[in-house]
Amino acid sequence: MKRFMIFTSLILLAGCSGNWGWYVVDPTNPKGLINLKFMFSGMYYTILLSVTAICISVVVGLLVALPGLSDKKGWRAFNRIYVEIVRAVPILVLILWVYYGLPTLSGITLNVFWAGVLALALSDSAFQAEIFRAGIQSISKGQYEAAQSVSLNYRDTMRYVILPQAIRRILPALGNQLVYMLKMSSLVSIIGMQELTRKANELSVSEYRPLEIYTVLVLEYLALILIVSAGVRWFERRLKASEA
Amino acid sequence: MTDPKTPLITMRDVSKYFGDFQALKAVNLDVALGERVVVCGPSGSGKSTLIRCINRLEAHESGEIVVDGTILTDNKESLDKIRGNVGMVFQQFNLFPHLTVLENLTLGPRRVLGLSDVEADERGMKYLERVQIPDQAGKFPRQLSGGQQQRVAIARSLCMEPRILLFDEPTSALDPEMIAEVLDVMTELASSGMTMIVVTHEMGFARRVADTMVFMDKGEIVEVGPPEDVFTAPKSQRFATFLQQILNH
Repeated sequence: MKRFMIFTSLILLAGCSGNWGWYVVDPTNPKGLINLKFMFSGMYYTILLSVTAICISVVVGLLVALPGLSDKKGWRAFNRIYVEIVRAVPILVLILWVYYGLPTLSGITLNVFWAGVLALALSDSAFQAEIFRAGIQSISKGQYEAAQSVSLNYRDTMRYVILPQAIRRILPALGNQLVYMLKMSSLVSIIGMQELTRKANELSVSEYRPLEIYTVLVLEYLALILIVSAGVRWFERRLKASEA
Repeated sequence: MTDPKTPLITMRDVSKYFGDFQALKAVNLDVALGERVVVCGPSGSGKSTLIRCINRLEAHESGEIVVDGTILTDNKESLDKIRGNVGMVFQQFNLFPHLTVLENLTLGPRRVLGLSDVEADERGMKYLERVQIPDQAGKFPRQLSGGQQQRVAIARSLCMEPRILLFDEPTSALDPEMIAEVLDVMTELASSGMTMIVVTHEMGFARRVADTMVFMDKGEIVEVGPPEDVFTAPKSQRFATFLQQILNH
């Protein structure tokens, strides 16, 4: 944290001495304050978009992962095909396809927010499916056998025995996906979502100070992600403590 | 002792393959209600496979297994019925590490037998008292010693109130000083009339408790009989050699 502060102050100092124009984002200057508020107002949609998308992608990911662990070839094939196809499409392309292509194909028009959520969630679900599959496979066979020996059915075995253990193991990976999602949500700015990146773009176009504005944007993402990472670590520690 | 008219478990010509390897070679075994069977044999002899076939943790390829009048197949109803009657204790305990001791015991009764939380807890405590660790109910498995964990595993099986208990080398993963506490619990169970099949190398336990000794080698049952007979006068050279190795060890 200390190093981060020094680094930030160095950038600011450098800005004061050269041709930089920190005034556009200087909170002590009325105009700078208005600009900063404008930029921060994108935070709401960045968070809402990412959190909604990750919630959906976790559920879809689990639903795709379970067939991948089946004894039946057809179910496993479904899992492989889904994961391979979805993983192969770049997120930006998926966003464009869902927003501009899907309405023509299905007749359903999604607003910018839901198109963004759908594209991010779809894209991430393939990764979530792989994470869940690995997590579930890491649970020892003995746990399934013990569940069988007390006659638990498949659903209860998953719900009470396997998933609670698997989720503890994959929590760091899920935290990483949330961080990844927060970053990828910036791509939704391309279809006009009023999130952090879009706000910065708009300000930059009107103020002609891209360096200063995008530097603030970098710091916004950095702060957001450091907070989320700390949150994930705290949650992991709590889970461990509850077992100790 | 074995009553040939009413065997609780019947195995007829049961064979089991792992790929090309034949783990069980047309095995025949009858176990009567209340009978205590101890199965021993060198590693890889098929003794674990034998008992794992009885509750279908392994599926046999040919032959017939009948448990309490129900033929063992993949049919879900018959499988549920048999698993409800057959409890299993594993070498590695296989407790659920994310649940407390009491939760380990009550999961089956609540989800499978439909007991209320209060009833399940009462039943859990009853069996924890039986294995003499009621004070550990709120702890997690990893806070317990190996011997205590195995006793919890036994109590977990008992909570389903099975008619038959299978033990797959229950003391092999334990430090020597903890073996006795587990064997004591098993001896107490045996004296209560529980039908038990125990895979173990604990020959002292076998002598004290078993009605029938089964010696397996290379997927076959080589010798069957009351312990006093088979220990004093083994009929096969293979069993005699095995006994010598184990007792001199």
